[in-house]
Amino acid sequence: MAVPADLKFTKSHEWVRVDGDTATVGLADFAQSELGDITYLELPEVGDSITAKDPLGVVESVKAASDIYAPVSGEVVERNEAAIDKPELVNQDPFGDAWLIKVRLSDTAQLDDLLDTDAYNALLDSNA
Amino acid sequence: MATEPTIFELSSPGRRGVTFPEPDVPDAEIPASFRRESLAFPEASEIDVVRHFTRMSQKNHAIDISMYPLGSCTMKFNPRINEAVARMPGYAALHPLQRQETAQGALQLMYELQEMLAEISGFAAVSLQPAAGAHGELAGTLIIREFHRANGDSARTEMLVPDSAHGTNPATAVMAGFSVVTIPSDDRGNVDLAALREKVGPNTAGMMITNPNTLGLWDEHIHEVVDIVHAAGGLIYNDGANFNAILGLAKPGHLGVDVMHYNLHKTFSTPHGGGGPGSGPIGVTETLKPYLPGPVVGKSENANGETTYVWESPEKSIGRLHGFHGNFGMHVRAYTYIRMHGAEGLKQISEDAVLNANYLKARLEGPYDVAYDRPCMHEVVLSASKQKQQGARALDIAKRLLDFGVHPPTTYFPLIVPEALMIEPTETESKQSIDYFADTMLTIAREIEETPDIVTGAPHTTDFKRLDEAGANRSLNLRWTEAKEPEPVAAG
Repeated sequence: MAVPADLKFTKSHEWVRVDGDTATVGLADFAQSELGDITYLELPEVGDSITAKDPLGVVESVKAASDIYAPVSGEVVERNEAAIDKPELVNQDPFGDAWLIKVRLSDTAQLDDLLDTDAYNALLDSNA
Repeated sequence: MATEPTIFELSSPGRRGVTFPEPDVPDAEIPASFRRESLAFPEASEIDVVRHFTRMSQKNHAIDISMYPLGSCTMKFNPRINEAVARMPGYAALHPLQRQETAQGALQLMYELQEMLAEISGFAAVSLQPAAGAHGELAGTLIIREFHRANGDSARTEMLVPDSAHGTNPATAVMAGFSVVTIPSDDRGNVDLAALREKVGPNTAGMMITNPNTLGLWDEHIHEVVDIVHAAGGLIYNDGANFNAILGLAKPGHLGVDVMHYNLHKTFSTPHGGGGPGSGPIGVTETLKPYLPGPVVGKSENANGETTYVWESPEKSIGRLHGFHGNFGMHVRAYTYIRMHGAEGLKQISEDAVLNANYLKARLEGPYDVAYDRPCMHEVVLSASKQKQQGARALDIAKRLLDFGVHPPTTYFPLIVPEALMIEPTETESKQSIDYFADTMLTIAREIEETPDIVTGAPHTTDFKRLDEAGANRSLNLRWTEAKEPEPVAAG
């Protein structure tokens, strides 16, 4: 699966799409592929604060349970109930329908710490 | 072969296995409020029941059928003499509330098992109470907590856990009230000393190590690891899941370990899988002896100068962890096993277990990647990364093994090895059965190159084909109900 060009990434394979002061957060294709069939998502509630680099939730697959790390800090303004109800969406469409949460950014400067698509693709190549 | 119906579906009204005689005492009046009419007990004859459970048993794999190389589980043969001894009426017909004067033989067996386990591992004392490995971990970590509390050392709230640890280690640490600090592994599969030095400190309660670790490797810096943690005031817990590698060769107590559990159902050949039950005694140093869960069995002399065995509660005990006296039937089996082998025999067990794993490693490296290229202990961890690029994953290899009649190894663990296949042959497998397993693995590697569909579509010869594991996880359905289509219970 091609990595979309308009996203930013963490080294732990979360992605961010920025729109004004709001960021949409999801799990990258590489993460879902390594985890295998995803069975459960635990995400923060709307109104919760998340802190960059701290766990924001948990993803469980038939193989393992893993923390999802917050790429940015801010307040959760929306979460994807459809993905919570059907976690397999993350396997099927990680960069699209299976976004996880939307966050109102508290510090846009944190975006500079994230990888752009070229740098992220280089990271994937070095892992291969 | 047809799906086996449940015993409820086999039920036929009025059918029975036993007909009781008319009671020779008057019927007791049961108050109406205590009576229930709706209990749906199955009604079946003896032959229905015997056939049902025999058919079910035939659908299961078992160590009594063929090799069962499930890594870190030590699926060794369960010698039948263990069963014969455990069924002796002097053990099997005891009541746990019997007065201790009338159960001296059982107490002597428990006392001697405590002593033998302590000797084998270099500890001062043992408690047989914990009922399984993770229960032993809980006992051990509670002892560590109580030790620091008794010293007024309330700041020690962190438990260090390597990233190769069994999942039970961090889970247990949290249950015992600690926060978990993960320590990475270095490129030879050891605890990363630099990371350990960075994370250890005045908040460190202890470290839960597993040596040999889940990569099947002896930690080359075990003395440094122990010294670093001790110097910071922490204690060392050793997960004894892999003790089968070092019987008679190394004593954890002499390596500086403060507390460890034994898996009698792994190392000491008591039944395993299908619920065991397990047994997870713990051993401790002289310093921690007063904290052991009790009661434990002590030895004393009575007024006539005769030896007697008595229940004792350690003075600062963390308390009781099990109703009655632990899983006593497993104590009898493990005791039998140790006495049957003796000290030299136990040493040979570990030497053979290590030899078998290294032989398997030598036969499989090349076609499969070995996660860490150095001699292993009782188990070898392969990576199916190469096979994944050819279109079949560790899971597919595991499923294909079923077609050849062997149980798959542990897959996707340890988490730090991609596409992990963790293989523990144990000492009870012959060269022929290990060769059969190795030949099968090599056949599967060739199939993945030439006809991968055979592997990704496996199993082909079992009663049930590839199961929808993700579907089963997402839509848990754990209880049989009479309705034809039970309501699935939502995941989470």
